[in-house]
Amino acid sequence: MQLRVYLTFDESTVREPLIWKLAREFDVVTNIRTAEVKDHMGLVGLEIDGEDAVVEAATKWLADQGVKVAPIEQDVIEG
Amino acid sequence: MNIVRALKCRECGQEYDIQPTHVCEFCFGPLEVVYDYEKLDGYFTRELIESRPQTMWRYKELLPINGEPTVGAQNGFTPLVRARNLEKVLGVSELYIKNDSVCYPTLSFKDRVVSVALSKAVEFGFKTVACASTGNLAGSVAANAAAAGLESYVFIPHDLEQGKVLGAAIFGTRIIGIKGKYDDVNRLCSEVAGKYGWAFVNVNVRPFYAEGSKSLGYEVMEQMGWKAPKHVVVPMASGSLCTKIHKSIKEFIQLGLIEDNGTAMYGAQATGCSPITKSVKDGTDLIHPVIADTIAKSLAIGNPADGYYANRVINETGGWAEDVSDEEVVDAMKLLAETEGIFAETAGGVTLGCAKKLIESGKLPRDESIVLCITGNGLKTQEAIVDAVNKPRIIDASLKDFDALAEADGFEAAV
Repeated sequence: MQLRVYLTFDESTVREPLIWKLAREFDVVTNIRTAEVKDHMGLVGLEIDGEDAVVEAATKWLADQGVKVAPIEQDVIEG
Repeated sequence: MNIVRALKCRECGQEYDIQPTHVCEFCFGPLEVVYDYEKLDGYFTRELIESRPQTMWRYKELLPINGEPTVGAQNGFTPLVRARNLEKVLGVSELYIKNDSVCYPTLSFKDRVVSVALSKAVEFGFKTVACASTGNLAGSVAANAAAAGLESYVFIPHDLEQGKVLGAAIFGTRIIGIKGKYDDVNRLCSEVAGKYGWAFVNVNVRPFYAEGSKSLGYEVMEQMGWKAPKHVVVPMASGSLCTKIHKSIKEFIQLGLIEDNGTAMYGAQATGCSPITKSVKDGTDLIHPVIADTIAKSLAIGNPADGYYANRVINETGGWAEDVSDEEVVDAMKLLAETEGIFAETAGGVTLGCAKKLIESGKLPRDESIVLCITGNGLKTQEAIVDAVNKPRIIDASLKDFDALAEADGFEAAV
């Protein structure tokens, strides 16, 4: 599957090479489509391509590192 | 006359044919409907608009449908109320309430966006429509779909209050309650939207859906006598309404229907979910997602899709953003009800509460026209104010007992 997500990095994660680590830890292809990185925050639009279970595990791993993983639509649940 | 040109990426400018899609394949930027306005030269006049029925569709050339609407043909054209009592309380000279708490048919401004989304969905050939919602959007999709003969699915968190479930269930929609943390529920909804061939109103038909908000702005300008207010205060959830009202004003200026009044846009959020307001106050354009914790559930979007764009509109127009506590929300709901007879939902309390703070801080001038956008009805959020309103005084069925009460209130019998 190919998953398209926005990753939000906070002050504690923005300097970490987490996308590089992700590709080392899991058999996925990552493709950065957009990115904005500042001192205290980073926002990255990322494609993650691989087997369904591996992509899911990779996504969970990112969340475990403190990265917010959201669909590219961001919040779709409205009031 | 159809003047829709294309879908255009707000980030990289790439254009796409009109189709049910919402993000740019190149950069993930959101897509927006763009128009060839020059085709309306000499045709789209005040007189033409005024000759049409009083619904949101009197501006149909500026909404992204072909021909006549097939869903929600009666929606919109809600009252613009001159709030003279509230003017005195707030110490301002010209204040209006755009009252979408009486929007047809489900008492919120979502009827505007949903009727555009579903009309477009019918054009595209969809038979089933869907949304993920905790309130107003669910009811509006369910009701408008029922009236249009469309199948509908509504996705909700499994523990949503019964009253809110009822507001959608009555229309015969298929309601799916999803267990899990907010982010997981959100992600599932996004995946469902991508997997099934449905029109998910705020996902794959979002560019069309969002355009429906412009009708609120058009109506305000016409109802003010074909001019734009100097200041508009809007509640912000995704931030879309703020950007679309601004777009509506720019369009009317471009079409020569009004003069440029230098309208400033102001955003209102609850403190318990204020990522856009915080970005404005912090002077940044990056939106930090938050976990929502507020009684203003209809504004509880912690990771707002249009936050960046709302921030930009507020800054470009010289406006500001504010936030209010839940207590201030309730106080403002009561103030609006007691001064103007308008029972707004919690989001209305957010809007008025923030406007009050903006006036007191000098961000909103007291001597220029201000419009407050009230977007939903208080009957839907009664739990928020149930402990804040007067309880009935109980008496026996005895005139003597009532006389005693009336006397205590300072009234004397007329005869």
